[in-house]
Amino acid sequence: MVPAIQVEQVSKHYGALQALAEVSLEIAPGEFFGLLGPNGAGKTTLISILAGLAIASRGSARVMGFDVVGQYREARRSLVVVPQELVFDPFFTVRESLTFQSGYFGIRDNRAWIDEVMHHLDLTEKAETNMRALSGGMKRRVLVAQALVHKPPVIVLDEPTAGVDVELRQALWRFIRRLNRDGHTIVLTTRYLEEAEALCGRIAMLKQGRIVALDTTRNLLHMHSGCYVELRLDPDRLPATLSPLVAQRHEAGYRLALRDYSEVERVVAELRAAHIEIQEMEVMQPDLEEIFVQIMVRDV
Amino acid sequence: MGDAPITHRASRIKGFYTLFHKEWARFWKVSVQTVLAPVLTALLFLLVFSYSLRDHVVVFPGVSYTVFLVPGLAMMSVLQNAFANSSSSLMQSKMTGNIIFVLLPPFSHHEFFLAYLLAAMGRGLVVGVGVLLATVWFADLRFEHPLWVVAFALAGSGVMGALGVIAGLYSDKVDELAAFQNFIILPLTFLSGVFYSIHSLPPFWQKLSLANPFLYMVDGFRYGFFGASDVSPWLSLAIVGASFFALSFLTLWLIRIGYKLRH
Repeated sequence: MVPAIQVEQVSKHYGALQALAEVSLEIAPGEFFGLLGPNGAGKTTLISILAGLAIASRGSARVMGFDVVGQYREARRSLVVVPQELVFDPFFTVRESLTFQSGYFGIRDNRAWIDEVMHHLDLTEKAETNMRALSGGMKRRVLVAQALVHKPPVIVLDEPTAGVDVELRQALWRFIRRLNRDGHTIVLTTRYLEEAEALCGRIAMLKQGRIVALDTTRNLLHMHSGCYVELRLDPDRLPATLSPLVAQRHEAGYRLALRDYSEVERVVAELRAAHIEIQEMEVMQPDLEEIFVQIMVRDV
Repeated sequence: MGDAPITHRASRIKGFYTLFHKEWARFWKVSVQTVLAPVLTALLFLLVFSYSLRDHVVVFPGVSYTVFLVPGLAMMSVLQNAFANSSSSLMQSKMTGNIIFVLLPPFSHHEFFLAYLLAAMGRGLVVGVGVLLATVWFADLRFEHPLWVVAFALAGSGVMGALGVIAGLYSDKVDELAAFQNFIILPLTFLSGVFYSIHSLPPFWQKLSLANPFLYMVDGFRYGFFGASDVSPWLSLAIVGASFFALSFLTLWLIRIGYKLRH
């Protein structure tokens, strides 16, 4: 099967700055894929190369098997990007903006789908409103709608929920999930890691232009076999033997980082031996955010 | 997935037409500013200059100064507005970031250029026709050679539309484009023989005027009305045509390499 996205040894330099360094990546059709990384990690550069907005210094990128440079027409027809910045054309209404965007991709009569997209994104009432008159959240909805009007097989969402209200976020994810179920490949960059954890089947983490982790979300979550224990104690102190395990000291008590679950028993035994009563205890698995932080602080 | 276009060719034509239509609709949305205002400006020029200079400036035999002025003002409006359309549209799109909407679709550099060019020519010609219609009450205009009128209107607006695309690509800020407009376009159009025949100038200024490419656009256009011109219309057409092709090739190349569009 032809990969939805295939990136081979892609590097990108802006003068002396290396934005991407020999990145290789393959995303299968129908995947919900997360691209995570701190600011300046190279996520937007990689997306821009896929969309033809930037040209790779070295390496090659393909969308649905089409080279983004040599077969740019087919590649661009196969992919769309919802940009991070809140951009709009102030001359036109919502419906005009969507109709133009659809026409750019050669679709003749797309009114039914445009109406459906507007309905799903709660834009129907604003269809004849000029873009300038919309609130920030509404403009964001139009931006998403513009990307979806030609129903490309690959949809790239670059921080689509940055600064939007909960209602839109939920409506958006319902719609994107539906598109994913219908077979569209979704590539998502987001700063809300809980979103990536909930939505993405696979995740790549970028740091300083390199991929530092690439695995299924499940494997990434289990990558670190350790766990955390939240403790509220009486008296509020720890025996010296447990001090090296302290990950965080807070008002309510302690957070201990354990190598694995078997260590829980030792913690309890040592507390009992020190005559310290456990008033509250919660054992937690690290979430994607903690794993992300762990990976980001590691040396490349 | 997606309503598959009937053929790639039909899809490309639809895509190109939509971009052209968007550019065309863009200036009509603000037609008071983009059409009505330049027509009014030309009308004011006509009133002020014809009343103040009609007894002082000698133009072509048998042609009054007011009548002489009208084609020049119409052509000046065509040129300035064709330039303004493509340059401001591109520069504003780059500045606001909405250029991404036309960079993501599968346009070739030819389609991209042609859509902006034709819309620019369209606005130039609409304003030019507007000026002629508005001034018809003040001057009894002849059309000695209508084909020359059409040829120079098309070629001149084409040159300026292409130049506008270059200026729009180059400019990242309003003041960069304003500098282009105020220090290049405006002086060259004002000194292109719109308000005088170059034969009324001293020899040095006559020769210098011949170095102004805009002169040939205005002079050739005027030939279509009066059958008289400062320079042979064939020479003017050759110069304007060559400028158009040279600028078009340069613009196409800039778009193909993604100059200030794709990084």
